[in-house]
Amino acid sequence: MKAKVSVTNIVPTGLRLAPSQVWGTLRLVPVLRDEVRGDLRFAQRSYDDDLTLVSLKGGLKEPGLKYLSYVPHGLVMSWEGRHAEAVVGTQLQKPEGKALKVGPHTLRLMHRMVRREEKNRLRMLPLHLAMEGFLSLHFGGPEVAWAEYSREALSHGLDPRTEWSVPGWANPLFDEALRVFEIHERQVGVLLFHADLLLSAFIVSHPEDYRALHRTLLEDFYGELLLQYGFLDSAASLESPIDERRVSSLGELRAAVGRMREDWAEFQGFMAGGLFGAEVWATSVYGAGPFHLQRFVTGLQVSEENHIGEWVTRQDGTLEYLRTYRLSAAQTRRAYLLKQLALADWNLDRAAEALKTTRAELILRLRNAGFGYLLKDSVK
Amino acid sequence: MFVNACFSCTGQREFYNDARGQSVSIEFLHAYILGNYRRLYARTLAAGINHFNQAQIILNLLATGKQTPAGDRREEGALIAASLRSLPPQRAFRVLELLRERRINNRRARAIAREYLEGREEPSFDAVKYRAKLRASVAHGHLKLAGELNAFLFHGWRKRVFKTPLLETFRRAHYQQAALFELPFTIAEGLAVKHGIPRDVFLERIEPRLTVGERLRLQGAAARQEGAIAIDLGNAPLTKLALYLLSMKPETRRERHAELHAALERAATRTLRRGTVPLGRVAAVLDNSYSASGSTEKRRRPLGVALAAHYLLSSMAREYRAFWTSPPESPLLVGARGQTDLASPLLDALEWGAELVVIVSDGYDNDPPHAVAELTRVFRTKLDPSRRTTLIHVNPVFASDLYAPRALGAYVPTVGVRDAEDLPTVLGFARFAEGAAPLSELEDYLAARVRRLLERGRRAAEPGVSPVEDEATLDAGEDA
Repeated sequence: MKAKVSVTNIVPTGLRLAPSQVWGTLRLVPVLRDEVRGDLRFAQRSYDDDLTLVSLKGGLKEPGLKYLSYVPHGLVMSWEGRHAEAVVGTQLQKPEGKALKVGPHTLRLMHRMVRREEKNRLRMLPLHLAMEGFLSLHFGGPEVAWAEYSREALSHGLDPRTEWSVPGWANPLFDEALRVFEIHERQVGVLLFHADLLLSAFIVSHPEDYRALHRTLLEDFYGELLLQYGFLDSAASLESPIDERRVSSLGELRAAVGRMREDWAEFQGFMAGGLFGAEVWATSVYGAGPFHLQRFVTGLQVSEENHIGEWVTRQDGTLEYLRTYRLSAAQTRRAYLLKQLALADWNLDRAAEALKTTRAELILRLRNAGFGYLLKDSVK
Repeated sequence: MFVNACFSCTGQREFYNDARGQSVSIEFLHAYILGNYRRLYARTLAAGINHFNQAQIILNLLATGKQTPAGDRREEGALIAASLRSLPPQRAFRVLELLRERRINNRRARAIAREYLEGREEPSFDAVKYRAKLRASVAHGHLKLAGELNAFLFHGWRKRVFKTPLLETFRRAHYQQAALFELPFTIAEGLAVKHGIPRDVFLERIEPRLTVGERLRLQGAAARQEGAIAIDLGNAPLTKLALYLLSMKPETRRERHAELHAALERAATRTLRRGTVPLGRVAAVLDNSYSASGSTEKRRRPLGVALAAHYLLSSMAREYRAFWTSPPESPLLVGARGQTDLASPLLDALEWGAELVVIVSDGYDNDPPHAVAELTRVFRTKLDPSRRTTLIHVNPVFASDLYAPRALGAYVPTVGVRDAEDLPTVLGFARFAEGAAPLSELEDYLAARVRRLLERGRRAAEPGVSPVEDEATLDAGEDA
């Protein structure tokens, strides 16, 4: 099974940035939308289980491919229906999936990452969708039975593949930053910078939904950078001064303030350049009316910032939903190695050649990245 | 800076800073000024600062009487006595109680306490309402009170019978439900629980005894209990009233719009009766961004101050216009929402041609950041170097990390306020907050205010010199 992968880029059509608000090391950049059509709404559905097991293939309790993680909430997307507005937060919730008790913990079994519940309603597990896509990338392991690979790798692939991430509440500063953040009237999203590195982007379609979902950012997961840079002092306060020589009336002063605001938007757009406009490898997940849900991984170049995530676009190209996760350097390295191996049909020599390195070096890198179990012990 | 802090800081949690930081910060300021500028410190009592800081100053002065220079003793003693008298009774009694907690027991402290208690109009009411505090202070200072009070405080309702009616009621209320409803609300509340009186019955029958503050506070509770408490909007102080109105649901505010509007206007006029300068063409730039919602301890206070300032300024000024950061349908329907874009309303105000622009904001300016600082810099240096327009930033929030209310750049003086009622006073202080006027001028200004306060106090008390001043002069050196 290989989903069709297309190379494209995320363009923030229909969106505009406002000046950032800084709290300690965190910089939150509001994303505004001027034209709100209101035919696509998102709502939160919370699960308070300790662990969630999502069946990707097969039935709930049947053997098959599973995804296991802590999932605090899901996102319900509804579109086009006449009741789209009423749906948000008003309908009674039927418990979804199946909850099991395992000792003191609860385990929830769920069907699929993205599941259509009604004609115009889709439930998805935000970010987990992207993370699962990322994990299943080259998940199958070698397709040709090269002699170096262990029996384990040949029969099961990389099963089970794990990654770890940091929940938003692991950093107390983040809670505080979300609390004091002043949400704009037309705000539909936020870019989260930590120590001026883009950590995550979250954009929805309707300002009211954003207001309701603002606090769920705390439950989402983020790359290790959220912790790693937690000890830095504070984000630099950036100033763009007004040139008083060019001001001789109040009208010109007003124009200067307007320019100041534009400078901010431009500058922050530039800071988010690793995401917006960069090339991404996207997989189509669901077509919902005029909307198209995709998940993506950026180029996985070790020297650059890399994001995974999912996004929804309208037919006319407007970006309606976006949620991203920044991969840590180690995660990028692992993914990069797997990708290179896959490109070389899992042939170690060819892969080493493509990486401009030696076979021994590549094996060392594989072992260091935690993929030692793929290779036979005798391979040196 | 200190005076400024004394206007706004109450040691409570704010939107951006927590309570712990606030108290550490204000304590440091108090200790610093007390140590270095003692006379200024005492005279700040006359500056119209908030009650929290007045109480702090009184305590600190009484605790360190030994350090008072001989020449200042008389004035200091008189100032303490006068400002203690002007504090609301619960605050004043708390000061007396703190004297015991902090083990301050010199002759001056005792004399001040005695004089304060002698000056109270209804000692028996105090004895019932502030029983524990009064008792602590009497025991601490070995004071003798008139009539049956000492017996009441130390034997309470177990004594057979009192001649003073209120004390007798208090005693009877312990045995008889009906007597309870003649007591002050807070006392009756506890006894009602003891007698097992249902809350709604209790609220209904105690209603005539409620004070204005208690009425405002009980509104919410009464609504939940389905019993309404009649409230006379005409009597509450302006900022309290504004805060109360903001706590109503928007629908309620819309329905009763005319009535509430009139009440606020009346409160504003009443505040101004105390005397103030008439102003010319005034514009108010009012911040109703999300941070104006305050904190759990000071709910909606910045917004309430802004609303109250709106009404106050509109009745002070010949011409007036308000510029909100996100303009509401009507000032009464204002809510704390959205980002802080102070630059645009400020530009509007300047274009309108105001002579005085009062900015009411917490000093966080984020759309774009530092826009006001830049804007006012260019405005001051380029467009209006002769200062035809006066700009003043009024800040209801104390930023503990800065030891002062947060400023909007170097070209706008920032002053702190807790209540909008302080505005007339604060407009007088704006010059000092800018740092332009020298310390000596501030001292002169304060000295004038001290004289006024003491004169008022003397007229209020009985004629002749009060005994405290003499004793304070003699014994200020004796410390416990």
